[in-house]
Amino acid sequence: MRTLKLLIRNAFRHKLRTGLTILGITIAILAFGMLRTMVSAWYAGVEASSANRLVIRNSISLIFPLPLAYKDKIRQVSGVNLISWGNWFGGVYIEEKNFFPNFAVEPNSYLALYPEYVIPDLQRTMFLNDRKGAVAGRKIAEKFGWKVGDTVTLRGTIFPGNWEFVIRGIYKGRDRSVDETQFFFHWDYLNETMRKTAPLRADQVGFYMIGIANPNLAGEVSTTIDRTFKNSLAETLTETEKAFQMSFVSMTEAILIAIQFVSIVIIVIIMAVVANTMAMTARERIGEYAVFKTLGFGGRFIARLIFGESLFISLLGTAIGIGLTFPVAEAFHDYLGTYFPIFFVEQRTVYLDIAAGFMVGLVAAIFPTWRAVKIRIADGLRRIG
Amino acid sequence: MTMTDPIPSCDDHRPAPDLETRPVIVEVRNVNKAYLRGSHIIPVLQEISFDIREGEFLALMGPSGSGKSTLLNLIAGIDKVDSGTIVIGGVDITALGETELAHWRATNVGFIFQFYNLIPVLTAFENVDLPLQLTGLSRSERRDHVEMALRVVNLSHRMDHYPAQLSGGEQQRVAIARAVVTDPAIIVADEPTGDLDRASAKEIMSLMCRLSSESGKTIIMVTHDPKAAEAAQVIRNLDKGSLNNAHS
Repeated sequence: MRTLKLLIRNAFRHKLRTGLTILGITIAILAFGMLRTMVSAWYAGVEASSANRLVIRNSISLIFPLPLAYKDKIRQVSGVNLISWGNWFGGVYIEEKNFFPNFAVEPNSYLALYPEYVIPDLQRTMFLNDRKGAVAGRKIAEKFGWKVGDTVTLRGTIFPGNWEFVIRGIYKGRDRSVDETQFFFHWDYLNETMRKTAPLRADQVGFYMIGIANPNLAGEVSTTIDRTFKNSLAETLTETEKAFQMSFVSMTEAILIAIQFVSIVIIVIIMAVVANTMAMTARERIGEYAVFKTLGFGGRFIARLIFGESLFISLLGTAIGIGLTFPVAEAFHDYLGTYFPIFFVEQRTVYLDIAAGFMVGLVAAIFPTWRAVKIRIADGLRRIG
Repeated sequence: MTMTDPIPSCDDHRPAPDLETRPVIVEVRNVNKAYLRGSHIIPVLQEISFDIREGEFLALMGPSGSGKSTLLNLIAGIDKVDSGTIVIGGVDITALGETELAHWRATNVGFIFQFYNLIPVLTAFENVDLPLQLTGLSRSERRDHVEMALRVVNLSHRMDHYPAQLSGGEQQRVAIARAVVTDPAIIVADEPTGDLDRASAKEIMSLMCRLSSESGKTIIMVTHDPKAAEAAQVIRNLDKGSLNNAHS
């Protein structure tokens, strides 16, 4: 039997009902996809972190600094092959709403630690040779229309004053998981200014970033470093970059759990809606199913018809929903890119969408199928007329 | 045309003289059937026994609730007896399981219903093709069979029409084509003219007469309509679940 043809024709017998059901599934899948993408965006920093990088900060809190003098001792720890340092600058461009992450970093070692920031060689050289030079991510440069050679002024919130920088380079991410909204400049520029304006804050760093040759030694290296500075005025806390990023994410974990819960609730709701549609459909066609059975078609054929129709409607809505998720995510990113610098629909999200669509289609068809298969032919035929 | 116009009988075609000499195709023996309504057991058929011979055109008559449709359903294998046996073509269908019974129905029985029961999303051609899906015939063989069946009911020109585009009489003719397309041994018809005007009813009865006389099909028809019953060779009356009499 041309089962496929029959179930597709059946699906569009009540065009309005089917259309509204597909619309509901589309919106549910779109919402589900967006919420999952939002959760992924939250974890983007964690996902993008390298196993070869460790972060050292003050064990009391990130807001307390560490002495610059630690760098030589850290460098001597076995397993450390690169060290860089920096401060969260917290500068504002023109007004508060123009938020983007900006850091003062030791440029040579920082760029060596972050090979995923791709900068043309000439721009890299120009940046390294200019103390007031800065590098901006591609997205932030596009957003504010910055070009190499432009002068940009940031108003310091942690380090007061107006700070002028010359854009010497614009980096691109090696892949799309790399944040392209960062801005960094020479730590020396910050430190020299501090020496003049606030000497007590000079020679202090917010964090050290170290590169290790073997990720398996991360625990050992961390312990050694923290033991080195035990009982000092500024004890350290060394952790992998992933753990460091996770510490930020975990602050908002309750929100993430709520978002994930809501995404599941949406699927359950649409499952109930589709199940209702399929139940109505099967109830209306119970006489036809009885006719099929009378003619000799078995329960499997009836099940194929109902499951097929349910899956067809569900997967059609899912396909449209997935198709819409990409442009909507793009628009969302354009609008709120400052808060979600990495916001793209992951392949895993698409797979989850498809799985959700399948589950909705299958679950929605179970009860109507059971009912249609179990009904006695004579009872089914009595419903006609 | 009025309601009193007679439906044509099968007199011209009726091979009545040799009916008694033909082999029995349906043996109904001591059949009982009851329905449970809440806590009440309602007997519908009681100790029904009779035979139907090959090529016989039998009309089952009786008032509403007499059990004639139930008896038809039992003979057609779409309902189960409580006790008794029904042997059709040597097969005791009361002993068959659901799957075997479905297969048996597909091979041996053609169905004609009061409300035609065509699948609305399939064309006339596709509706007639439906029972053939369960056979091992190739696509071209099926096409030949369907076209022939539609020719028999004189609907070749409407094969691509959907049921909603056909009149009641035409729909019932499509249903008849669907019933005969697999060349079943028996055809069961439940009030085949019950939803039709007199002119269409005439056409349908005429077709059924031809099936009986020209194709030698065994037809069991349930009807309320004495005029329609006159087309049959044998009439049996059911009353309160029991067979009263039979006459030819």
